[in-house]
Parts: sequence; C-alpha cells; structure tokens
Amino acid sequence: MGNPILFLILAAVAVIAAVMMVRSRNAIYSALFLVLNFVTIAVLYLILNAPFIAMVQITVYAGAIMVLFLFVIMLLGAEKLQGFEESSKGQLWIAAFLAVVLIATFAVALIQGDPSSSGAVAGLDSSPSNLGLHLFKAYVFPFELTGVLLLAAMIGVVVLSRNSAKRGKDA
Amino acid sequence: MTPVQIALRALLVGFVVVLTVITGFAYGSFLERKLLARFQGRIGPNRAGYLPIPQRGRKERKLLGGVLQPAADAVKLFFKEDLTPTKADKWIYTLAPMMAAIPAIMILGVIPWAGKITIFGSLFSPYFAIAPGINVGILFILSLASIGVYGVVLAGWSSNSKYAVLGGIRTTAQMVSYELALGLSVLIPVMMANSLDLGEIVEAQRGGWFFVQFIAAFVFFIATLAEMQRSPFDLLEAEQELSAGYMVEYGGMRFGMFFMSEYMAMISYSAIMATLFFGGYRGPFVDTYPALGFLYILGKTLIGVVLMIWIRATLPRFRYDQLMNFGWKSLLPISALNFILTATFILLKEEGIVGPFIDSVLKFFVG
Repeated sequence: MGNPILFLILAAVAVIAAVMMVRSRNAIYSALFLVLNFVTIAVLYLILNAPFIAMVQITVYAGAIMVLFLFVIMLLGAEKLQGFEESSKGQLWIAAFLAVVLIATFAVALIQGDPSSSGAVAGLDSSPSNLGLHLFKAYVFPFELTGVLLLAAMIGVVVLSRNSAKRGKDA
Repeated sequence: MTPVQIALRALLVGFVVVLTVITGFAYGSFLERKLLARFQGRIGPNRAGYLPIPQRGRKERKLLGGVLQPAADAVKLFFKEDLTPTKADKWIYTLAPMMAAIPAIMILGVIPWAGKITIFGSLFSPYFAIAPGINVGILFILSLASIGVYGVVLAGWSSNSKYAVLGGIRTTAQMVSYELALGLSVLIPVMMANSLDLGEIVEAQRGGWFFVQFIAAFVFFIATLAEMQRSPFDLLEAEQELSAGYMVEYGGMRFGMFFMSEYMAMISYSAIMATLFFGGYRGPFVDTYPALGFLYILGKTLIGVVLMIWIRATLPRFRYDQLMNFGWKSLLPISALNFILTATFILLKEEGIVGPFIDSVLKFFVG
C-alpha cells in the first residue's frame, strides 16, 4: 500500500466527494461529485498495483454510466430540486446509525483480522494477462452467467421499447 | 532509477512532448485553413508573416505567406474580453473547457515516439514515451476517450442556452455509440501483438504492419472521427442548425481551449492510429538509427491529420438517424464479426489445429 500520505489525501477527497454528492441540491453537481469519487477510487486501485481495474473503473463508471446519468438529467431538465425536503424526518438518524454500524464492523474486522494476510494481496501479479487467465479459467462460469444476465436485460429493453412503439402507433 | 528520477524524467519528457504538440496544434489549425481554402479554390490566410526572398530588379518574392497566422490567432484569443453569460452556471462553465482539454493532452502520455534510444547520455528503455512500459496503455487511451465527452456535455449544459444543450445531448449519444466500435477495433492489434502495451504493439509489427487488418483500421479511423466530433460527425456544432452548438456561449481563450482540444485530439488519435496499424515509429533503418523513429511517427501522424482535413472538405454532414444507424447497424456488427474471426484464427494458429495450407495463409496475413 504505497505512500500513506497519498492514501490519506485520496481517501479524504473520496469521502468529501461522496458527502457532497449526497448534500448538493443540483443533480448535475451530484453526478459530477460522483465522477470525482470514481476517479479517486481508480487512483486508489492504481496505488494497490491494480492498473487494469483502475482503467476499467474509469471507462465503465466515469466514462459510460455517469455520462448516461448526465444525459438523462439534462434531457429531463431535472437538475434543480427546488423546495425539496427530506421525504422522511427520521432518515438522517437512521442513516447515521447505519453508518456507525458499518464503521464498527470495519473496526472489528481490522482488529480481529490477520494483518499478515494483507501482504499476500499486494504481492499478486495483477497484470491484465494474469487477470484474464483467472477470469476465463477459474471464474469462467460466473463470468458467463453475468453475460447471460446482461443479455437478458438488453432483450428486456428491446421488448419494452417495441411494445411502447406499437402502442403509440395504435393510439 | 529511483521513483523520483523516473518522475522527473517523465515531467521533462512530458514538457517537451506537450510543447511540441501544442505547436503542432497551432500549425494544425493553419494547415486546416490553408488546405480547406485550396480544396475550395481559395488562397486562405496569407497576410501575417512571410519569408522575403529578394529578387533582382523586382519586388521581393513572398514565400510561405501567413506563417505567423497561428500566433496572430493566439494573441487575438488571449486579448478578447472574457465573458460569462449571466445565467450560466459559473463553476461548471469554467470547468468545462478544462475537462475538454485535459484528456486530449493526457492521451499523449502513452504514445511511443521512438524505440530504445539514448538522448544526452540517458537511455530511454524500452521505448521513448512520457510514461513508457504501461501494461494497460490501450485501456488508458480508451478510458480517456470515454472521459472526453464531459467537456462538451458540461459546456452545453452550463451555458444555459437551448442550442448549447442540444449540441451536448447530441454528442453524448454519439460518443457512447461509437465508443463500442472504437473499442472492438482497437482489440484487433492487441490480440495480434498479445499485449496492451503500445510499445510492444509497435515491436510486434516488425514483420509487417497491422494494416493487413484494414477493416479494423477503417473502423478505428471512422470511430475516432466520431469521437472527436470531426466532420462528417460534427452534428454538435452544425452551424445551420445550432449556430455553434455546445460552444456558442464561449469566447476568448475559453473557446480557444475547445479549439485546442479538438486539434490535440486530432494529432493524438492520428498518432495512435499510426501506432496501432502503421508500425508506429518503425520504418527503414530505424534499428540502426533510432532517432529516425521521431520522423517516421511524425510523418505518419501528419498524413492522418491531412486525411481528416481532406474528409472534412469532401463529405457532407450525417443526419442524426443516419449517424445512429451507421454506428449501430453497420460499424458495430462489422467490427464484432472481424473481432470474432481474428480471434478464432489466432487461436487456431496457436493451438496448431490448422492444416499446413491454412497455416501458410495465416503466416502470409498475420506474420
């Protein structure tokens, strides 16, 4: 885990970006803070010696998914939430409680975990070719399953849009 | 070398490369204006600066009229009033030109400009680049290409103008659509070289350029035109429909940054195409004189840029439905099919299943 100062700076940026994403009242700002968060996480992957995951993180999340988010926000013109109030008053407290639970779980895991095992992760060969070999040999079944899942989602979209187009023609 | 030394060298090389390419951008815009003028039977910019050639008894001959035009343009852009529309979103309006320019510059980081070379007593190995030996170089390029859309989209949205928003929305759909074809065509050289490192892809073209995969090369070229929003894919700035699209509210050097990012992208994509399909810095005698590599890749890049300008002068703009049909129904299936066929051939060859006849055919094509 490279330089601890670098990690602290990146972690601070990631956390602040995440908080700002939730707090900002403008949907475009929220989306941009989420992009900043994704990019910071990608740099963290780079520090962890996982360049492939880092690049995929940027391409898929920051480059494709968030662009589509922005597209939808701009098309709907839903960027301003004027007069928006929290839907339920207790939400903040529930969220705070859950956050404390999560941090406590992390703390327990860190204290009870075996610190020597973390070195094994850093020593792994994370080159794209090795990753590909693992993905298509040891994990080929889950990988193909994901492919089928995505295909199902795609066919679903095609079917749904077909139906609505036909209905539009009838009406 | 220690990490600090590596970082310092990367900074130095980066400084030189980026300065060179920025000069290239300035003269790229000049080249485009001159060439477009010639294509249309005009003379083009010919007033700012010239080389005087004295002639006996007559007025001096003016050679290379207009060489200082880029400098004049830059001065004009810098001294223009820096306006921000009242209803614009200030932060994002300022951020958008940077978001457009930064990915276009960052792509230069992984392009190999020469092979193993010694300059001023320091050895550049395995090849000369700002960040050599990155084992995910191709993915770096693809991720920057996918980030590049933000500049345009945010410029369109933050200007608070209908024309700009329409330009931004058009671009988003276009770039997301053509990214797939771009990714699939890039994978062909990756499979043939068996590496994601651009330097290794160049070295793998020792036996012959990957242009034997000309379908992939053409798909790549078309997809990069769409990614850069160059003509004939420049729907986002269609003058007749959107005045100037996403940058209609920008002026001065902020507009200059969009202008710059377009030409930087032209140069870097053209260099990437040279690297992936046309042997990069490789050429005759490059093994004995590695410095020739700079000339080769610059020459190949220049040819690519001229090709892009030529296409702009030749083709009319796509209609939006034509753009989408072409991207999804022609370009993507073709590149997917090409991908599957190439992968099958390479696998058959590696497994030794193919008979001697097919093997010799493959040897002819794949090398």
